[in-house]
Amino acid sequence: MLAKRIIPCLDVKDGQTVKGVNFENLRYAGDPVELAKRYSDEGADELVFLDITATNDGRKTMLHVVESVAKQVFIPLTVGGGIKTVEDIRNILLAGADKVSLNTAVVLNPDIIKEASDAFGSQCIVIAVDARREPDDWYVYINAGKKKTDIKVRDWVRKVEELGAGEILLTSMDADGTQQGYDLELTRMVSLNSNLPVIASGGAGAVPNHFKDVFEYGAADAALAASIFHFKTLEIKELKEFLHNNNISVRL
Amino acid sequence: MTVTVVDYGAGNLKSVTNMLEGLEYSYVVTNKKEDIDRAEKIIFPGQGHFGQAMECLNARGIAQNLKNAIERGVPFLGVCVGHQLLFESSEEAPGIQGLGVFKGKNARFKEGKVPQIGWNRLKTTPSNSILEDEYVYFVNSYYVVPEDSSIISAYSDYTIDFTAAVEHKNVFGMQFHPEKSGETGRNFVKKWLEL
Repeated sequence: MLAKRIIPCLDVKDGQTVKGVNFENLRYAGDPVELAKRYSDEGADELVFLDITATNDGRKTMLHVVESVAKQVFIPLTVGGGIKTVEDIRNILLAGADKVSLNTAVVLNPDIIKEASDAFGSQCIVIAVDARREPDDWYVYINAGKKKTDIKVRDWVRKVEELGAGEILLTSMDADGTQQGYDLELTRMVSLNSNLPVIASGGAGAVPNHFKDVFEYGAADAALAASIFHFKTLEIKELKEFLHNNNISVRL
Repeated sequence: MTVTVVDYGAGNLKSVTNMLEGLEYSYVVTNKKEDIDRAEKIIFPGQGHFGQAMECLNARGIAQNLKNAIERGVPFLGVCVGHQLLFESSEEAPGIQGLGVFKGKNARFKEGKVPQIGWNRLKTTPSNSILEDEYVYFVNSYYVVPEDSSIISAYSDYTIDFTAAVEHKNVFGMQFHPEKSGETGRNFVKKWLEL
């Protein structure tokens, strides 16, 4: 049967990996190509690279990083961060990425989802949703979590599915960086409300139970994490063995 | 030997060529009839929509050349949509004819989240000569339904047992992406190249 996926994520700035807490205070964390190889060897099912550089030079550097990784690592690679146009998507896919992750640009102009999935296929289009809980519901945030929109997460995920998205990458801003566990209620709400696979993100600590919970109660199809894998506080192999022993289907 | 990778505008070739480079196997990427007519081995990749892929193939006028190559006994590997196009039709594109190398159609998963995205385990059959019961990476909403089940070289299980790979004489098809299936996928392609 289909395995649940463990996906390390790397934030890349000017060609180097960095890591922050609650979207702020960046720390250096290593060479992205070396990390990609290491993760693949350790049993990662896929990789996500987020380009957090704000400049055009930075974007070109990112394409070089993608090209290098694609030549050496043979598991799926998703690239996101500041992607604005169909042309951007084309360049990233041509460099060797398998999927792109889109966030702010598609909230501002949802038609890009349709355009991109018609051009490249839905399987290439991941919609990243940054969510924060407000008193009445979860809302979509854009601009790297800095700006609140009036769009409810539950409505947005339905809309992106209609437009041709292939997957949802759901980040809880409340949980992100805290290492206290994924936002299970948010994840479950989206997983049950959507026909698209859901990648849970935000909050994983070096606690295998966090992953077990997000796959069971959260009903996620995949779980993404960054710090715990970068700083080796949790090994992928150890995590997968735990999940397997708890009757969760994983690729060993 | 050189493997000919067919570029017909439907899918990301780079992952296939990156894998071939990693295996140090010489390859050429082409969409020309002459190259297909001369090919010693063919990889036919594909991603996306069955109908659009078939249209791209027809627009380049190479469908018959591919069928001729198969007829001549040229080792042939279809991947993902390339594997689906070997059959006659797909529920994804009513009215559009595939290459029809094998009798049968493509059906859509009726249960579970669609597309299936992720790693799933192969269950090989006696018809198989290069695969193993390992995890490989799938991204598919449709799967082939061969009329002759003896060509099925592996199944996988996603709400139902579906055909994950076919093999018949010189023609191999893989629904999954060997070029995205880590070491396992590389080894399958390596074995195929060495046949």
